[in-house]
Amino acid sequence: MSWIEADSGAAVTLSVNGTRHDLKLDARVTLLDALREHLQLTGTKKGCDHGQCGACTVLVDGRRINSCLSLAVMHQADEITTIEGLGTAHKLHPLQAAFVAKDGFQCGYCTSGQICSAIGMLGEWRKGWPSHLGDHAGAASAIDAAEIRERMSGNLCRCAAYPRIVEAIEHYAIHEGADT
Amino acid sequence: MIAFDYIRPADETAALQAATERPGARFIAGGTNLLDLMKLGIERPRHLVDIGALDLREVTETPGGGLRIGALVTNAALAAHPLVRQRYPVLSQAILAGASGQLRNKATTAGNLLQRTRCYFFYDPASPCNKREPGAGCSAIGGFNRIMAILGTSAHCIASHPSDMAVAMRVLDARVETRLPDGQTGSHTLEALYRLPGETPHVDHRLAPGELITAVVLPPPPARQQSYRKVRDRASYAFALVSVAAVVSVEEERITEAALAFGGVGPMPWRNREAEALLVGQAPSAALFERCADVVLAEANGHGGNDFKVPLLRRTLVSCLTKLTGAEP
Repeated sequence: MSWIEADSGAAVTLSVNGTRHDLKLDARVTLLDALREHLQLTGTKKGCDHGQCGACTVLVDGRRINSCLSLAVMHQADEITTIEGLGTAHKLHPLQAAFVAKDGFQCGYCTSGQICSAIGMLGEWRKGWPSHLGDHAGAASAIDAAEIRERMSGNLCRCAAYPRIVEAIEHYAIHEGADT
Repeated sequence: MIAFDYIRPADETAALQAATERPGARFIAGGTNLLDLMKLGIERPRHLVDIGALDLREVTETPGGGLRIGALVTNAALAAHPLVRQRYPVLSQAILAGASGQLRNKATTAGNLLQRTRCYFFYDPASPCNKREPGAGCSAIGGFNRIMAILGTSAHCIASHPSDMAVAMRVLDARVETRLPDGQTGSHTLEALYRLPGETPHVDHRLAPGELITAVVLPPPPARQQSYRKVRDRASYAFALVSVAAVVSVEEERITEAALAFGGVGPMPWRNREAEALLVGQAPSAALFERCADVVLAEANGHGGNDFKVPLLRRTLVSCLTKLTGAEP
């Protein structure tokens, strides 16, 4: 184990959506900038760049995180999933389809983050993780709108499409989320 | 962000050695606060020791009936842990009242304790701030200070500690276990870990250079009734204006044990033993809880924009105790 010297550029290997990428990056490059600027995976969006808006949410080993508040060099042992790894324009992920069907956006800038966050959030729900609203040991029941709002509070929508975002997630969780 | 050297050691010994060989090195775990501050140029470490690969992610029962929480256990994992939910519900509740799902997945137990204030002026390099630049002055005193502290402040700084988790840790008498570069171990109460601003508000805690938090240890679970009550400007994903962590036992209509800690009001998670002692042996009543609040707030000072915190903390405390003890409101 040795130091990567400042300004020297580090050999960084990232596994994104099932593909390994060998990069040379400054240690300062965030996971978000590595995805967007070095791998051209621009589906993940930069909003505030300070962990406040959730637009940059990706899944790391299945867990949702803010990719703007993490360095790429810290994720060489992880499997990263971005919106590009969930679905494509020709084969939408069922949650993407639910956002289209329920009109869960206006400008769409926060949508990738909303969808990645919701996938991670529903995994947490199925594991029975509690929320500020209470304990959900087991969480055999379907998630409701109040829980979705609380658990998705780290994803902001400047267009305030919240009612339809909640509907889309609820629709997916009830109708199609059971087998994911 | 200024350039830095980076290393990701595989174990504690290598991490401590790395921190020693490059003086001024900082440990980074989840990074949710440190990287944020580095982007703004407020934190400027030249050397980063990434402790993410260290084996500090376990929650285990101690021989004495308590819980040992590895420094790198995420806030999300800790809040969801069955033993925490069952035995220390105040801790689970406090964690879930803070931040967002994404941040709790990344933020660690030790990092949460060491996060820095959310004072607006500390975050704004264009404003004078004694915590950021000693001697520059305080923009919050006489300025906009809605979120600032009302207890334990000084003429140099009125910033509040932002953590919810730390308030629960303090009410539970948690201790922080550390390792020092020379291999020695340390153990600190939260009262000893944190320091008041005084004339040196730029120093938040008493850890020695290169001292690494390895775990947070909880004593056996306290009295049955525990709760965390947080009051904030919106229903979710906002820092506390005030919060109360309370652990109370009532037997035969008398309070037999009481511990109280307060968030959003001090430079550290706040506690007042005198106010707790006043409750013990007494029958729960509104008058008793008001007297308890009198003691907690005896030295409280508003700074204009945060004057409301004095009555707000009183009401939140009284409400919390009323609910926990089943007293008539």
